[in-house]
Amino acid sequence: MSAQAEKLDVSVWRGDSDGAYQTFQVPAYESQTILDVVSWIQQYADPTLTYRFACRVGMCGSCAMMVNGRPRWTCRTHIKTVVKDGAVQIGPLRNLPVIKDLAADMDPFFDKWVAAGGVHAPSGSRYDPIEPVDPAGPERTEASAGIECINCSVCYAACDTVAGNADYLGPAALQRAWTLYNDAKHDARESILDAVSGTGGCHNCHSMGSCTVYCPNELDPMSAIAGLKRETAKNFFRKRG
Amino acid sequence: MLDLRLYMAQRISALIMAPLTLGHIAVMIWAVQGGLSAGEILGRTQGSVFWFLFYGTFVAAVSVHAAIGLRVIVYEHVGISGKTLTALTWAVFAVLIAMGARAVWAVTAGAGGA
Ligand code: SF4
Ligand code: SF4
Ligand code: FES
Repeated sequence: MSAQAEKLDVSVWRGDSDGAYQTFQVPAYESQTILDVVSWIQQYADPTLTYRFACRVGMCGSCAMMVNGRPRWTCRTHIKTVVKDGAVQIGPLRNLPVIKDLAADMDPFFDKWVAAGGVHAPSGSRYDPIEPVDPAGPERTEASAGIECINCSVCYAACDTVAGNADYLGPAALQRAWTLYNDAKHDARESILDAVSGTGGCHNCHSMGSCTVYCPNELDPMSAIAGLKRETAKNFFRKRG
Repeated sequence: MLDLRLYMAQRISALIMAPLTLGHIAVMIWAVQGGLSAGEILGRTQGSVFWFLFYGTFVAAVSVHAAIGLRVIVYEHVGISGKTLTALTWAVFAVLIAMGARAVWAVTAGAGGA
């Protein structure tokens, strides 16, 4: 049995949101990622296929797509783990507008990142002495839990609350907010609680945990959001008390 | 759609409902085991300020809790939003509190005596 002789039926989304799936026959290889399959189509079958990637090693967060209806980082997912009966379906990320083919418009994702208070505001300048941070301290432990986020939007695509509530900030932005809230060197920590308490804020999360299940970096946005709910609730009484 | 204020209202109403529900079930089981008839139970609840407050608080908490819960479901699954959604939330609250108040009144108002 020669691996090269085998073909995969790969259906790929074409066009914008009114598009449709188009099927290509792609040769199967050993150690082939989903991104390899998409690249093969673009290089050998249809050069007009649009998709996005950069690092190919799970660092940049640009290659996420829906694979058989589930969000995945395509550069780090082997095709053989997702193929069913020799076929696989690849589409643009859910919950985001489609630009073309497999490229989703990431603007809403990053706009919400900013809206959740995710822009770092340094508490000191380069002229101030460096204040030590205990890496094992409880605050820093909370902050460190979320810093490996690569902004891939897999969690955002997995979240049913985002699907039903266009204003919802979503797991990645809220996890970022929680990270900065626990960062001793962030200067706008209190305003984060306000930023995540509005109509699209952390209180809309249903704690069903799709974000945590699908995050390719094994991060836990659901628990970060639970932290925000806890702190905002405490603050609610503090303000009134 | 669910801001901190609504979230807190829903959590606090849940906190109120939980012990009252347990209390209600416990007393029901105890009363039925004790062989009290409906008439005898009504005889004890009617004219009782305690039971009026007990079920009155429960009805208020349920109305708040259910109205906010339905608001979320309607928004996420039906797509109604804005002023219509707010009006719907208040309408659900009003219906529940009116029906509940009627029941509380029937069970706890009036002179005691079976
Ligand atoms: S836990 Fe919250 S943020 Fe995560 S997928 Fe569910 S609703 Fe979305
Ligand atoms: S939390 Fe995980 S899934 Fe979400 S954007 Fe960050 S790395 Fe991706
Ligand atoms: S291409 Fe960079 S994470 Fe996949």
